[in-house]
Formats: sequence, C-alpha cells, structure tokens
Amino acid sequence: MTSAPAPARDTIAVQLRGITKRFPGVVANRDIDIAVRAGTVHAIVGENGAGKSTLMKILYGMQKPDEGSIEVDGRTVSFSSPADAISAGIGMVHQHFMLADNLTVLENVVLGAEPGGFGRLDFRAARRRILEISDSYGLGVEPDRLLEELGVGDRQRVEILKVLYRGARILILDEPTAVLVPQEVDELFGNLQELKSEGITILFISHKLDEVLAVADEITVVRRGTTVATVLPADVTARRLAELMVGGELPSPETRESTVRPEVVLEVRGLTVRGEEGRPLLDDVSLTIHAGEVLGIAGVEGNGQAELVDAIMGLRPATGTVRLGDRELTELNTRHRREAGIGFIPEDRQRQGLLLEAPLWENRILGHQSQRPNVTGPWIDRAGARADTERIVREYDVRTPGIDVAASALSGGNQQKLIVGREMSGNPVLLLAAHPTRGVDVGAQAQIWDALRTARAEGLAVLLISADLDELIGLSDTIEVILRGRMVGTADPRTVTPEELGSAMTGAGEAAEPAEHGPAGGRHAAGTVAVADREDAGRHLVPGPDPVPPDSGPGADPDLDVPLPGTAGPGLTGTGTTGTGDLANDPDAGGEERP
Amino acid sequence: MKRFDLERIGLGLAAPVLALIVAALLSSIALVISGNSPLHTFNAMLDYGTQPETVVQTVNKATIYYLSGLAVAIGFRMNLFNIGVDGQYQIAAFFAAVVGGWLLLPGPLLIIVVVLVAIVVGALWAGIAAVLKVTRGVSEVISTIMLNVIGGGIVAYLLDPHRLGTIVGTQQVTTKPMPSDAYLPGIPVSGGEIYGFIVVAIACGIAYWVLLGRTRFGFDLRATGLSETAAVASGVSVRRMVIRTMLISGGVAGLVGMPLLLGSSHAFAQDFPTGYGFSGIAIALLGRNNPIGIALGALLWSFLEQSAQILDLENVPKEIVTIMQGVTVLSVVIAYELVRRFSLAQQQRRVGAELRAAAAPGTPTTGEGSPA
Repeated sequence: MTSAPAPARDTIAVQLRGITKRFPGVVANRDIDIAVRAGTVHAIVGENGAGKSTLMKILYGMQKPDEGSIEVDGRTVSFSSPADAISAGIGMVHQHFMLADNLTVLENVVLGAEPGGFGRLDFRAARRRILEISDSYGLGVEPDRLLEELGVGDRQRVEILKVLYRGARILILDEPTAVLVPQEVDELFGNLQELKSEGITILFISHKLDEVLAVADEITVVRRGTTVATVLPADVTARRLAELMVGGELPSPETRESTVRPEVVLEVRGLTVRGEEGRPLLDDVSLTIHAGEVLGIAGVEGNGQAELVDAIMGLRPATGTVRLGDRELTELNTRHRREAGIGFIPEDRQRQGLLLEAPLWENRILGHQSQRPNVTGPWIDRAGARADTERIVREYDVRTPGIDVAASALSGGNQQKLIVGREMSGNPVLLLAAHPTRGVDVGAQAQIWDALRTARAEGLAVLLISADLDELIGLSDTIEVILRGRMVGTADPRTVTPEELGSAMTGAGEAAEPAEHGPAGGRHAAGTVAVADREDAGRHLVPGPDPVPPDSGPGADPDLDVPLPGTAGPGLTGTGTTGTGDLANDPDAGGEERP
Repeated sequence: MKRFDLERIGLGLAAPVLALIVAALLSSIALVISGNSPLHTFNAMLDYGTQPETVVQTVNKATIYYLSGLAVAIGFRMNLFNIGVDGQYQIAAFFAAVVGGWLLLPGPLLIIVVVLVAIVVGALWAGIAAVLKVTRGVSEVISTIMLNVIGGGIVAYLLDPHRLGTIVGTQQVTTKPMPSDAYLPGIPVSGGEIYGFIVVAIACGIAYWVLLGRTRFGFDLRATGLSETAAVASGVSVRRMVIRTMLISGGVAGLVGMPLLLGSSHAFAQDFPTGYGFSGIAIALLGRNNPIGIALGALLWSFLEQSAQILDLENVPKEIVTIMQGVTVLSVVIAYELVRRFSLAQQQRRVGAELRAAAAPGTPTTGEGSPA
C-alpha cells in the first residue's frame, strides 16, 4: 500500500455531484457538490445540524442518497454499506471511538479484518503490517499495548491506523478534535500533514473555524443541507467563514415592534450546574425575562444551553434561584414547575417531547398530566383530552389522518407543531423553547414563528435557544451570548448581524491570527470543552488584527470586550468574566440598547 | 380513517394467528423427531383437555397464572422486570397462612385479613428491590432473583415444628391449618369446583385495565415505560414511579398463592407449589401485557399443562408440552415484533410518500439536520 505512488495533487479523489437526501418531512442534504483533490486536507464546515453528518454517512455508505452521484478516483460508485465504501478505499474515523478497551492495539486493529485464513489468526503478519503503516505515516503506534492504557490522542491514532490497515486512501475524520486537549490537537494536525504527504486524502469535518483554517487546504461550507461555497483558507478570515456558515436566506422571522411589559416573569440568579467531575457546565448565570419579552440565547451547542433549560425546568440539580413571577421555583419539582405555568419545547422532541408509539391524543396529555382538560382528579379525561387534541390539530395545522395515529408516523414538522400547540395550551406565562424549528420544513417553521409571535404579543415570556441565528435575531427582544456555561455578552437584535453573533459565539476573532499559534490555532475553539480553562472565556472575544476600534462600553477591561466588527454600531457588549453582576445590575436587559 | 382501522385489525389478528401456526408447526417437528405422530398427540390432548374435570382444573390453574401474569405485566409496562414474583407469592402465602392459622376471627373477616397480609408481605418483599434500585442503582433483575432465593430460605427456616410450623398427620410440616369457616367456597360446576378466588382475579384484571388506561398514575407509568426521557421531561419522578410500581406488582404477586391457600390447601405445607412466578413471565409475554391477552395466555398455558396429563398413557413423553409452551412464547414474541415493525414502516412510508407528493409542485421543502 505504501508503495502506491502519491497521486498528483490536482487529480480529484472524491467528487460528489447533486447529492440530495430526504427524510420524512426533512431534506437533510440537497444538491451537494464537492470536489476533493487527492492528497489534500479538505474541510467541511457548518453549524450543528447543517447536514454534515448525513453527508458523511452517505459518502461512507451508511445512507443511500435519493439523488446525485459519487465518484471515487474517477469511477462512479454506489455504496449500499460501509463495506462497499471501505473496499473503494474510503475509511471513517468516528467522533466516538469504536474500540474495545480490553483488547490490545493489535487485536483492535485486526478486529473484523482478521489476517490469515481457515480459522487461523496470523498475528505476526498483522503486527508487521501495523508497524509498517505506523512507521510510514509517523503514527507511533505500539501494537501490543492494551487499549485501556492509552490516552485519547493515542486511541485516535489507533482508529486512524485501523482505517489505513483496511486499505483506505481517503479518510473521513468526523469532528476529530472534539475530544482532544490542545497538545493532542497539535499532534493530530502533525499526523495529518504526514498522511497528506504520503498521498492520503483527508476529509475533515468540523465547526471550529480556527482549526479548519489551520489545517485545511480547501474548505467547503455547508449550510441548511447544501454547499454554499468552497474557499481556500488563504482567501478567507474566520469571520468570513462564520458568515458563510450562518448565512441569511430563510424567510425572516422578524418581529420588530416591542411588546415587552414591565412585569418580570422569570428571574434567574446565580444558576450553576456542575458536571460529574464537579466542573461547572453552567456557571453562575443570571437573567431576567419580562412579560411579552423573548430572550434569545446565542451560543455554539454544548456551551451550557441545555443545562440552563434543564435547570430552569428542574430536570437536573442546580444551585442558585429561579423565580417565576412572585413564586419561588427553586425547591419545586418539574411537575410543579410546569403547573406554575412553564411551557417546554425540548431540544430533542423525539426523546423528550413525545411518546412516539402512543397516539397523538395521549401525547397531548404528556407534560400536562395534572391539568385540565386532560384529567379530572386522578382520572384521565379521555373525551377532554381528545377534544383538545382535535383543537390543536386544527389551530396549529398538524397534518395527520387523525388523532389516533402514533406520533412516530408524523413528519418532524408536524410533530413539532403538535408540541408547540400542546405547550401553548393552558395559558403558560413562560415558554422555554429549545431549537423550536430545528429540522422542520419551511412551512412549519413559519407557522411556529407565528405562534411564538402571537403568544409574545399576549404577554408570554419566552426563553429562546436556537442555533439558527436568523431566528434568534428575528424573534428576540434581547440576545445573550453564552460561552462555556457563562453569559459573556449581550446583543441588541435590532443592530447586531448574524456575522457578529457568529464570531462572538465561536470565538472566531482570535483565530484570525492562526500564524501565532501554528497548527494549534484551534486550541481555544469554543466547544473544546476539555480545555476547561474558563478564565479564557472572555478573551476569546478579543479582536483580531482587523482594524476595529476598542469598545468604550461598560466593560472596563479592554481585553474582555467583544469586538465590534463592521460598522453596524455597538450591537454587542461584552460583560466579561464577571458577567453576572453586570446583568444583575441591569434591569433594562429587556430590549434597551446598551451605550 | 376506515381503511386505517381495517388494516390495524388485520394486523392485530395476523400476529397471534401467525404465532400459533408457527408454534404448532415447530411442536409437530419436535414430535416427529421424537418418533410420535403430531396428529395423534394433538387429538389425544384435545380429547382429554375438553373433559369437564380437566376444564375445571385448567380454569383453576389459569386463575393462579392470571394473577402471576398480571403481577409481571405491571412491571413490564414500565420496563421493570420483576422476576421475583415467585419469591413474593411464596413468602406472602406463608405469612398469610401463619396469620390465618393463629388469628381468631370469624371466617369472612379472617379471609379478608389473610388476603391483606398476603398483599402487604408481597409488596414489601418487592419493595426491597425497588428501594435498592432507586437508592443504589441495583438492577431489579438481579435483586429480585436473589430475593427469590432468600425468600425461599426464610420460609424453609420458619416452617419448622419449633418455629411457625406444626406436624400434621404423617410427618408433613405445615403451618397451623385455617379454621374451616375461613375456607373460601368454590363455584360448583359439572366437573367439580372452580376456585372462588377467580372473582378476585377477574377484579384484578379490571383494576389493571382501569389503572393503566384511565388514571393519571397509569399514564405516568406507561409514559415512563415508553420513554423515560420524555416522562422525566413531563414531570414524572421516575424514582417514585419505580417504588410504587414495584409495590403494586409485589402486592398482586402476593395474591398468587391465595386461590390455593383459601380454596384447597388451607395451610402452607412444605409441598406448597413453586414456579408460578416464572410461568407468569411467559404468560405476560404471551398476553402482550394486555389484561384480556393475559387471560387467554393463562388459559392456553394451563390447558397445555392439564391436557398433557394424558400423554403418559399414550406413550408420548409429557415433557413435549414444555417444548410447546416455550415455542409458543417465542413465536408470539417474534410474530408481534415482526408485525409491529411492518406496520410502523408502512405508516412511515405512507407519510413520506404523501409529503413528497405535497412537496413536489411549487414550494421547495427545506430543512436541516437528519431526524436521527
């Protein structure tokens, strides 16, 4: 294998043309066009949920595209299983390693591709091969170590070797840095250079812009399931990439006229959630939402949004206080919090929002098991629940043959409309909406936005979490930026642009100067939670070399300020690492523009 | 909508019919291999099984099995696997018999007290497993199996002439027999007497149906079984549900020994039968956790057992029935799973087709992320 001549750099190793993949109610990929040159690192970037994973599953034979063609080394191929992809020379290194702890490296590598025949295992030949591969690509793998003795970086190299052992010339790395600490990221990037120089082609999936800029030869941006641009790292900045990733093409969810009323509905003070090792996942967060106000939380996923929602719902233990109107919720369980008037649109509707195998009318009861019209005393009121389900189906335009079909038979958008309708029932005073339009089609999205707008006008307070920045900006009265469990900035949706928000969220400002960090530019990327160096949180927002005037806002320490890219004006205000105090002292968080 | 219902009924019938055909086929193969004629064997069983005496025995045994199946099914609906019904009913029947033998009360009152003792003891014994699960995270599968052994040991220890037992007649150690005015009268029919406790068993079936289908508690229980994450998000406290469900399951398990104790043995002797709890698991599976299904499963199970009594006379090994029972359970479980997957795939395919048809003209459908 190593004797294969390194292909010339301008031959195309993988060509995807017009790839489209539909799931019921969702188009996960549409008209994807990518050309990957042999012997290069080609990065695919996009927000979570943009369709990167589906695309890679298609390329690795785990999903079949509905339309489009795949060419590998100039030959059109059709994969019906990963085995086909492997035999075509494509290998995948998953984000979560597929290795057995109690086996040696050697055993792990040969597992499923055992050498020898007739039931005999030829470990000697396998060891020789492994060492050969390891040496020629500089992987430094020791075949006889037990896997459980190895660190994460070593394990990843074992995964890479495993794929090479099966003859792969094209490697797909799915978010390879997500589990690594900075030094390991450096090492990985070193390995990638080595692999590349030996003629291996690498597809590098990531949403961390600085890493991508440091390692890739070419970058393709995926947004809403389709490829929007292919660029060279030399030609773009992290900010430009963020812009491409976030985009702005959907019908606008604008709601301009403010409906914010003076009365406070939700008041959260010093909310902290700790992970299993005691590390805070949500760190001393305070926020206030008024009646008729939508507070948007902007952040890359995994920075504490889920923990914030769970803590307010009482789904996981937290310290700090939560008040709803003049009621203290801190000691209440989830059911009592719901009864107090909280509606909840969960992030994962299939896992948290629905009983997939139960009929729609029983799903109407879920989460409202103690409220009319679903129950009277200890009894389920079937007639009441069914009638009200009919109402929701009608008012929220849930497309279904009837209320007796299982929830799993509905499309994603219709499932979500049912959930929104349910959570709006019973006059809630607060709605927690986590990614309310994720994975739903445009029609359902517009309807859900309408429902939120109407309820807001009637005085509903909404905590909105979304990865769709257009949605956040369009619906919110105030936007808070969350990074590593802390609130690090406030933005005024009237003036902020998706690009500005995007760079504040991803900490892309720093990456505009990757040269200083060498290939390790990615070490501070948002989402590499393993770094756990929270004191850095504010500094991620330090402006790069772009000529940006220092902000003269309330943040005293200029290092802690958010850059104000462009000329849009002071849309973003950093509150720095002491953010909670600032927020707590600012009763006008509801829609007032900061100086 | 109509087409939908018809299809659902069709699929609902398909599973049991398919399962029974497969089970009969596989049993026939086993019979042929062991050198017997399937037709002859089935005929003999059917003949003997439909005689009045056998029918009475079948119904009586089915009463016991029904209670056991219900006890297991309550746990199943919440994804709790109570393997401990066997231990629960034995220890419950033992203490109930002790109380019944020693307490001086008028007959009807004594019967009520005995039944209540059985419920409470069964619930407490199951409650140990529940507490271990919610406080220490011990799987109820492990703990209930261990509690079976412990329960059996405790009963054996206490059933001793020096402790709670006495010797009656020929060396048989037993608890003190209950007074004859506390015998629960049977229902006389042509082939003998049916246990009076069948009334309680039927009431339990109705209560099961009402509890699960019509109450908030039942909704929480089923929601937890269908999706624990969704139940938690809806405000269900899973720990509390585990405790309550195990207590109810154990309480019903406590009733399993009652038809026998109140209807025929009137005391707990060393030969008090064991193993009904394990039959209950198979019967709950057969009945798909449905109260009527469990009744049919219990009757089928009992019928196979009783009608097999004739096989020795026909020179067919009686153990062939164990094979039949096992094959039936497997066939039912597999058939229902196949039908479930088939109907789900069909529903989704239909929705997908409708969507594609709707999306094709005009508005382009956009979305992001895979629904996985």
